[in-house]
Amino acid sequence: MTGPDAPLAPILETAGLTKRFPGVLALDEVAFSLRPGEAHALVGENGAGKSTLIKVLTGVYRPDAGSLLFQGAPLRPATPLDAQRAGISTIYQEVNLVPLMSVARNLYLGREPKNRLGLIDFGRMHAEAERTLREYGVSVDVRAPLRTLGLGAQQMVALARAVDVDARVVIMDEPTSSLEPREVETLFGVIGRLRERGIAIVYVSHRLDELYRVCDRVTVLRDGRVVHTGALAELPRLRLVALMLGREVEQVRREGLTRFSGERTASADEPVLVAEDLRVRHLVDGVTLRIRPGEIVGLGGLLGAGRTETAKAIAGALPLDGGRVSVAGVPLRRRSTAAAIRGGISLLPEDRKAEGIVPGLSVRDNIALAALPRLSRFGLVSERRVDRVVATFMERLRIKAAGPHQPVGELSGGNQQKVLLARWLALHPKVLLLDEPTRGVDVGAKAEVQRLIDELAADGLGVLLISSDLEELIEGSERVVVLKDGAVVGELVGEDVTEDALLAAIADAAGPDGTAPVPAAPGGEAGSG
Amino acid sequence: MADLALARVRPDRTVLLRWLRDYGVYAGVAALVLVNLALTPNFASLDTLRVQAVQVTPILIVALGMAVVIGTGGIDLSVGAVMAVAASMISLYLGYGPVAAVLAALLAGAVSGLVAGSLVAFVGVQPIVATLALMIGGRGLAEVMLPQLDTFRNPELRALGSGMFLGVPYVVLIAVALTLVVVFVVRRTTFGRQVLAIGGNPAASALAGLPVRRVLIGVYVLAGVLAAVAGVLATARLGASDPTRLGELMELNAITAVVIGGTALTGGRVRIAGTVAGAVLMQLLTATLIMHNLPQSWTQIASAVVIVLAVWVARERGRN
Ligand SMILES: Nc1ncnc2c1ncn2[C@@H]1O[C@H](COP(=O)(O)OP(=O)(O)OP(=O)(O)O)[C@@H](O)[C@H]1O
Ligand SMILES: [Mg+2]
Repeated sequence: MTGPDAPLAPILETAGLTKRFPGVLALDEVAFSLRPGEAHALVGENGAGKSTLIKVLTGVYRPDAGSLLFQGAPLRPATPLDAQRAGISTIYQEVNLVPLMSVARNLYLGREPKNRLGLIDFGRMHAEAERTLREYGVSVDVRAPLRTLGLGAQQMVALARAVDVDARVVIMDEPTSSLEPREVETLFGVIGRLRERGIAIVYVSHRLDELYRVCDRVTVLRDGRVVHTGALAELPRLRLVALMLGREVEQVRREGLTRFSGERTASADEPVLVAEDLRVRHLVDGVTLRIRPGEIVGLGGLLGAGRTETAKAIAGALPLDGGRVSVAGVPLRRRSTAAAIRGGISLLPEDRKAEGIVPGLSVRDNIALAALPRLSRFGLVSERRVDRVVATFMERLRIKAAGPHQPVGELSGGNQQKVLLARWLALHPKVLLLDEPTRGVDVGAKAEVQRLIDELAADGLGVLLISSDLEELIEGSERVVVLKDGAVVGELVGEDVTEDALLAAIADAAGPDGTAPVPAAPGGEAGSG
Repeated sequence: MADLALARVRPDRTVLLRWLRDYGVYAGVAALVLVNLALTPNFASLDTLRVQAVQVTPILIVALGMAVVIGTGGIDLSVGAVMAVAASMISLYLGYGPVAAVLAALLAGAVSGLVAGSLVAFVGVQPIVATLALMIGGRGLAEVMLPQLDTFRNPELRALGSGMFLGVPYVVLIAVALTLVVVFVVRRTTFGRQVLAIGGNPAASALAGLPVRRVLIGVYVLAGVLAAVAGVLATARLGASDPTRLGELMELNAITAVVIGGTALTGGRVRIAGTVAGAVLMQLLTATLIMHNLPQSWTQIASAVVIVLAVWVARERGRN
């Protein structure tokens, strides 16, 4: 164990770390050093090499050159398990647990408590799992399969697992991207406790406010190179962004950080989307939504409030027990994703890895996937038309890839997200349902995506926006509908769409002790507080 | 030997494994041809080439369908039984003329595929279970329809089995044509793209509005029809319908050809050229050992070694 008197000797240090993939230099002589007990931010644009650095540190990839010192001794982990045994624990960007195994099994995978016969002691495992998870604000049935949990809770299980293995270094790759504000607080609490125990944290995130809240030092990567490393507090926010993007501070200041213009005036037209009294057993309870052309409607609420399910129900991906959906006055008669798409509804799903990308297919095929019937004639794909669409969107969304033929699985997380967005925009929808559209997207690209949403709305598209990034939800939407337990419990309109009002509405909806009134709440639940 | 080379040049390992996965099967075929040219008398003759080409056709045609099924992440164990059913159908319907008999056989293949596909797509039965049931049931059905070997004299059907055009057997021409068709389907049609997408990520495909069920059914129907074609050709060549033995172990041979051809069992990738080479490799391996009078068990061991190698290469590649 490291003594408390040696706080300055780095616990983890790399020099000249280089990793090349076909067509890209993902890491270029990276020198990175981590002190015990510090929280170190690792930032950079999508594709800058953050995840790659982490994967090299933890034995997922072998570096092409360079050295890695851990607690003063050279370390060359061959597998993530090696790294974990040495004391480096990781929560990867994409949750990688075993969805079909129970929550408790996932938590203790590979180190299950055994009884005297050498068999897994399920009683003890379940009890301990429950206790551990409660510390992370997760109270669930630990015997249930992991996949029954929401993404946020799954992330918490991954975190609990990472910390619980007696780590000296905990690496978190975009840990908050699927967390609720409340869970983020829990996470920060955990980080604080870890640091008191002298555990060093590497924290990757595109959410700058979080970085300034939890991190002491920062390393900025750009195109695989370290362009800055130093104390975070001394680095103004604009300068940090400028470093990441490789632009001048002035230019960044001029362009601003969020790109929602906030000046839209929704037309008084007939709604482009009407969803009435949607019901899906246990999940959605009579939700009614109307979106006019050019309007961005936010959907607020906590995890499990039914936001994703509402979006899926509209898009035909969940079987409805009741309710109607119509687009531009035309009711959707058949309930299927194909019918919804034909009707003009596109859904960008929340879980990029499980429901979005087809990792083995190329960027090109992924973008063209949903639009394929329109890009073919008599069942034959028109390569020329596909090429044109793909080129347009790769340029418009600035997708960073070796080329249209690179498998999507090799792109950085943010660029995968852009590919998905391109897939849905290529359909020229009338209504766009966006479930966490900027999750894992860097500041520069986030602004681009937001501006794009704005532009699309200006072109008369109706947009439903789900985001756990409150700032995004507030600046993006002119109206926010708040859900709880699958039902609408409030609505914020125009001037009322503020962070405080939204938090109050959510809090009121969440707990019996919430006292703040829900503004503009249409009867029902709101009176019971 | 290969192991040592791998250990020493570590940085090139990924590249080497990728190369092995993508081109290993062709290298294997080339190596076997060279060995035979050196060791087997009369190997370099048109006759040998013709015999080898004719013998590989059943596996090859069945493997084409299998590759597409595997591309969706599924598997079809019923192909051998479908060949047997096709043989029985030929015998039963030959009275109505050879065309009717062949059509009946192909129809049986399509129906079998329809059943397998529906079980997988609508009922949600795992492909391996659904097609295992069909494999057992199909073979039984074939034997019920035609309890013993039935030799026939129909000249047209016999010509289909042993006739030639410009020195190339009809069966080989048909196999080449079917290969080209399947390549075209996989590469150029929406159906082909959708097969790959569904194999790569079924949930994402469903959300993207792909007709997942229709594609799955189509894939099993394709495999069934191709197996029936293989059954018809084999029967025609034999001059007899043999529902008890025809197509035995064919499912395993076809899967082997697909896997060593570089198509992953997890789905999302289909390599037709590799599959063809895989079938040729298996055929040459068997032929080489037979031509040198080695017992059949050697052939099985040799195939096993090749499969293990192929799977190992695929696995190792995934790690890097
Ligand atoms: N397995 C791979 N094969 C080929 N290229 C890869 C592979 N993994 C990453 N890359 C490339 O390396 C570069 C760095 O990717 P990396 O995932 O490290 O980015 P990142 O900084 O984590 O981005 P993000 O913020 O989007 O998660 C990208 O250009 C990416 O396309
Ligand atoms: Mg990343």
